[in-house]
Amino acid sequence: MSMIECNGLTKYYGRVRALNNVNLKIEKGQIVGLLGPNGSGKTTMIKLANGLLKPNGGEILIDGSKPGVKTKSVVAYLPDREFLPDYMSVEAIFKMYEDFFADFRRQKAEDMLSSLNIDPAMTLKKMSKGTKDKIQLILTMSREAKVYFLDEPIAGVDPAARDYILKTIISNYSEDAVVIISTHLIADVESILDDVVFIKDGEIVLHENADQIREEKGKSINGLFREVFRC
Amino acid sequence: MEWNFKEGLPIYSQIIEEMCRQIASGAYKPGDKLPSVRDMAADAGVNPNTMQRALAELERRGLVFTERTSGRFITKEEGNLKEVKKTLGMRYVAELFENLRKIGLSDDEIIKAVNEWKEGVK
Repeated sequence: MSMIECNGLTKYYGRVRALNNVNLKIEKGQIVGLLGPNGSGKTTMIKLANGLLKPNGGEILIDGSKPGVKTKSVVAYLPDREFLPDYMSVEAIFKMYEDFFADFRRQKAEDMLSSLNIDPAMTLKKMSKGTKDKIQLILTMSREAKVYFLDEPIAGVDPAARDYILKTIISNYSEDAVVIISTHLIADVESILDDVVFIKDGEIVLHENADQIREEKGKSINGLFREVFRC
Repeated sequence: MEWNFKEGLPIYSQIIEEMCRQIASGAYKPGDKLPSVRDMAADAGVNPNTMQRALAELERRGLVFTERTSGRFITKEEGNLKEVKKTLGMRYVAELFENLRKIGLSDDEIIKAVNEWKEGVK
């Protein structure tokens, strides 16, 4: 059974078609890049996978089940925006995650936090964007989930923070899990990807192994992306 | 270690090449223990499966070996180490010839230039 499976997945916002008949299978043990320009349907797909949206047609299955309480216990989701109340301290958020998710490993989160020299008593309000992004990532990656959806995890952070984020992803996902990274910053993430999925106007236009693309086409994923999505 | 990957070439083969260079230059010494695949992947900023595949290929070529319980090590086989150096050496020579032929030097001129350079360096 695939870890993620989309069958004819279709989503409309009113008359606007965001996803059109998407068929996709992703097996465990991989880091997959969901790559497409702004407005191509990346976030819509991730929201459908997390049950935040309902499809107009077709289905998406996580480890064989439709999004719901069961899948939420095995899916770790990093949204593309700040999603935590900013009056809370890191400590309090860790406590909240412990209450919400049985697979949250507090020790792991604390270890990652201490390596960053962040005071656990500090509230999010007082943190820079880069630090907040790191905290959100730490929370997501400290869960022992089966599927991680990281929506634009490196948008708008400096190169050092980007390296930290990518290293954290590599060191923390398990071989039995899947990590989906959605981004349009291809050059920054392409070296950590197994497979790449190109999404264009709500349709999957390519799903292939990253090294195979480099081998066969003699191009970087970034180069191929620019070609496929040339305006 | 600083890893730099070129665009448009498989990362898998670039890891193999870089590791060969490190082994040939002695940055990795015979018998050295390698970090875990995941640590090496994180250090290089590459996918763990890709790192795993590259290490498996290095193992196939006899440059690293696995001890069931204790991890991966750089080979101590003299023959294999010599072979790496030779292969890399030939590659650099080939590159030298390619580049110099491109700017119109004949093979004799290239060899002459190599000798002159050697004398000059002395």
